[in-house]
Amino acid sequence: MIPRVSIFLALALALICPAIVSAQSATQSGGELHFCLHGEPKTFNPLLVEDGQSEIVRYLTGGVLMRLNRQTQALEPALAVSWKISPDARTIKFHLRSGLHFSDGTPFTSEDVAYTVKALMDPQLHSPTGDSFRSGEGQVNIQTPSPDTITVTFPAPVAGLERLFDQVAILSAHSPKKEMAVLGPFYVADYNPGSYVLLRRNANYWKKDREGKSLPYLDSIRLDIQNNHDIEILRFRRGEIHLINAVDADLFDRLQKESPATAHDAGPSLDSEFVWFNQVPHAAFPDYKKVWFRSTEFRKAISLAINRADLSRIVYAGHARPAYGPISPANHFWFNAALPAPNYDSAAALRLLTQAGFRFDGTTLRDSLGNRVEFTVVTSTGNKPREQMVTMIQQDLSQIGIKVNLVTLDFPSLIERITRTFDYEACLLGFVNNDLDPNSQMNVWLSSAENHQWNPKQSKPATTWEAEIDRLMQSQASATTDKKRKADWDRVQQIAFEQQPFIYLINRDAMSAISPAVIGSAPSVLDPHAFWNADVLRLGPDPALGAQK
Amino acid sequence: MSLLQKIAAGILCAIFVAMVFAAFLVPAPYARQFRDIPNAGPSTAHPLGTDALGRDSLSRLLYGTRVSLLLSPAAALLSTLIAALLGSVAGLLGGWFERIILAVTDLSLALPWLFLLLVVRALLPLDVPPLVSVVIAFLMMGLLGWQASVRVIAAAVRGVRDSDFLLLARSSGCKPFRLLLRHVAPNLRPLFYTQFLISIPLFILTEANLSILGLGVMEPMPSWGNLMRGFEDFSLLAANPWRLAPIVLLVVVVMCFQLVLPSQEVTQ
Amino acid sequence: MSETNKSARLLRLGLRRLLFLVCLALCGALVSATLVRFAPGNGLTERELDPRFRPDSLEALRQQQALHQGLPSYYFHYLSALAHGDLGESESLKRPVLDLLRQRFPVTSNSVIRGLAVAWLAAALLATLGLALRGWFFETSATAFNSLLLSLPSAVVAMLAVHLRTPVFCAIAVAVFPRLYSYIRNLLLRAYDQPHVLAARARGLSTATIFLRHVLPLAAPPLLALLGVSFAISFGAAIPIEALCDSPGLGQLAWQAALSRDLPLIVNVTLIVSLVMLVANSLADFAGRAFATGNSQ
Repeated sequence: MIPRVSIFLALALALICPAIVSAQSATQSGGELHFCLHGEPKTFNPLLVEDGQSEIVRYLTGGVLMRLNRQTQALEPALAVSWKISPDARTIKFHLRSGLHFSDGTPFTSEDVAYTVKALMDPQLHSPTGDSFRSGEGQVNIQTPSPDTITVTFPAPVAGLERLFDQVAILSAHSPKKEMAVLGPFYVADYNPGSYVLLRRNANYWKKDREGKSLPYLDSIRLDIQNNHDIEILRFRRGEIHLINAVDADLFDRLQKESPATAHDAGPSLDSEFVWFNQVPHAAFPDYKKVWFRSTEFRKAISLAINRADLSRIVYAGHARPAYGPISPANHFWFNAALPAPNYDSAAALRLLTQAGFRFDGTTLRDSLGNRVEFTVVTSTGNKPREQMVTMIQQDLSQIGIKVNLVTLDFPSLIERITRTFDYEACLLGFVNNDLDPNSQMNVWLSSAENHQWNPKQSKPATTWEAEIDRLMQSQASATTDKKRKADWDRVQQIAFEQQPFIYLINRDAMSAISPAVIGSAPSVLDPHAFWNADVLRLGPDPALGAQK
Repeated sequence: MSLLQKIAAGILCAIFVAMVFAAFLVPAPYARQFRDIPNAGPSTAHPLGTDALGRDSLSRLLYGTRVSLLLSPAAALLSTLIAALLGSVAGLLGGWFERIILAVTDLSLALPWLFLLLVVRALLPLDVPPLVSVVIAFLMMGLLGWQASVRVIAAAVRGVRDSDFLLLARSSGCKPFRLLLRHVAPNLRPLFYTQFLISIPLFILTEANLSILGLGVMEPMPSWGNLMRGFEDFSLLAANPWRLAPIVLLVVVVMCFQLVLPSQEVTQ
Repeated sequence: MSETNKSARLLRLGLRRLLFLVCLALCGALVSATLVRFAPGNGLTERELDPRFRPDSLEALRQQQALHQGLPSYYFHYLSALAHGDLGESESLKRPVLDLLRQRFPVTSNSVIRGLAVAWLAAALLATLGLALRGWFFETSATAFNSLLLSLPSAVVAMLAVHLRTPVFCAIAVAVFPRLYSYIRNLLLRAYDQPHVLAARARGLSTATIFLRHVLPLAAPPLLALLGVSFAISFGAAIPIEALCDSPGLGQLAWQAALSRDLPLIVNVTLIVSLVMLVANSLADFAGRAFATGNSQ
């Protein structure tokens, strides 16, 4: 009797087992995507995100009312089915999807959106996302007439209002898990500081594919915390990680030669690298240098004497474009196409300098008082492209008799010099820009702003052109149509070109590395380049990764 | 002197001569960028090829040798002086004094001295010429690298402390400082000399480590460590073995130093 | 009776020594706090360059951070919190320092202990083999290998370890091994040249007997001292190696803390590292001395 039972059991098991196996393979069809974060995410609260790492986690976990399609650069409905902005650009009305749930099962209603917007606009929160909405003094008025409609009225017109909601991940008003309850494609399942963040598939995610299958396809994403880019690329080559969102140019070049299928250059990005001269009146260097740096001819001559094509060819292995100005040509709508292309002409530079009273004796350039033209460019330690760019500028400018020194400083010391003590002459830095709408650069261009790097926090504009930019800034911020705003920004780009307060050098290409095992990837110019469509990515068979396991 | 030591000394001399006459040997100025041929392989014009910016690698190597070989002894001298002072004071006074000095020595090894290097660079005025900042970087290394020698010197001074001639000097009313200068130091001169020589290769290595971390010598000035910054990518090195020249030279020089030096006796 | 008296005295001495070391490590932590506090860029983050912030938000965030930025008040708060077992919160990572140390310390100590074990095994093996064989070829090649390892900058070793995907402890072993080898070799050589060892050899005792009976007891106290010293050395070597290899240990933590001017973190990491190194060094001292006196009796 007993043997029979065991035979029966064995038979039953044999019958069930394939079912178990196939069920497992069905759930595993999505698989686990691996890639690296370049540091610790500082917060999981989507409203407080400042750093790139937290931003990645927010992008993958946060549910937003509308999402900017990183490829078409158009806004697409997400949690909101539709929206409408009032003619005065102060009020926005959303129609929400109904019947949705947060990752922990809490139902989603307009109350959650109201809660999120209220929390975001709380002046005590000091959220950079919230600050972008704050265009004037006063309270935000929120009304929720029904569970699927909400109206938000701001005290003053907000430029580019609807696009800003791409950054606002909706929080749950009631969930006991607070900000860990999310509406995005994934949720944070595990976090081991210094080591990894594990995101799992959110079964309650609202989006479905064309066949009606729920997204995302992936079961999980493992974000390994890895500061070192060289180790990251090494792991990519070994097939231990599936993608690198942003690859340095020299590594990209090599990758392209080794395995062209994995290297993706989506074209010039919004990020720019630039150098500027310190024009602060009380800066800590001799007055005659201040005269140079305030001279428009001097700045234009420097700009002319820098060989941007060489910078892009040698430092970025050709994966960068000479930059025109504050707005990258990649930004289709806002870029001023009438700007002349930046050119390299050291003879023209010398002519400009002679006009401004400088004298060139064949080897050295001197100003009208006889001082040798020499300055020091500071940049951040450990950033190889920046160091190389300064080194190349050294040689370019030596041809018109200018001596350039390079000093690299670690980031906090650099920040102290450029924002507090103003004890520097020129600085080369980059600007990472994720926002298509140039309104996010308001605090750079207003002469009273702190980020007006070349001469911040002016009580009144030091020059007429800065005064004009101020006026244009105010005008574009309160304009209600994008057409009017674009006209203002075109003029700002024109002034920036004529005055060269920032000497824009290059726009880096958006370079990413994606393993052939990742199916459905479509690298884009906008950040996140490689995984902006994470919800439709899947993993196919990959020999290298299979060998690892 | 054994044959091996003679060979090592010969190699060191040859490198030293090449370094001194670098200006006549190099194919091009070390900072000149040949922008049409970045990352080139060896050729008659550029025997070791060019770097990422098209600068001649041989010139950079020879000038880098200058920086590393001339400034390491300076750093070694500074650190030996500090170690000699602290070590002799500790050994001479003994007791709690010695214990505290030795403990502080241990402690200073645990302090974030890398951080100190960051800070000092950031505190310096920006418009110092590159050469001065290089010298300062080496002096900082000297100021921070004295710990290893202190224990050795303290132990040696402790050994001398109870010797007859010191007792005699002390009984005749010799002041401690004078005692140190007139009686202890001359007796330990060979030891100081050895410590100085031993620390030269150590500082060559320290410079390499710091420059690889980006805290050492500033571009465009070359140094051995600076030239090794491109080593993160080993696959590139395998395809272009001539790029290994800086590390080969460094290892050869440090090994020769170790051979030439009187064999490092058991310390501590 | 005298035995218990002696051990009580030893215990008292040990406790006093420990107290001294703790005070010293605290001093070290405060020195590093001073260093960070007066370093340029203290209290500044990349946030200062973020154009999305409005000036009032930036100002408010700065005010929050400026709490306890005065040094004496920082010392006081730090020490009083420490007395309650609270190490504070990391400013850059926004997590309790105690948690961070609890996660990172085992990683570092693990690789240090493994690295030390490998280095000791290799060094002892090579040194004894060299003595047993006493061949010219073996000696020369061992010395050359040793000297090659001594000539490699540790940053290059770390990069090599990264490239070859070897764990961090291998790099530590490579950094510590050459120093151990020459020391152990010299010790054994000297022990072998002692008159009574020579006499034993003349009597025709077997190599193993000579080694175990005569050489080892003679070399034991300095070897024991070396154990402690080598622990301190490898701990010191682990810090930069971990930072370079990006291994999630104390070294990487210290490097990040320095770069982000994270006062609470850097102070506590210094405290831990200096305490470990001081204790290891003085244990070495103690052990060497105790063994020596025990032997002489």
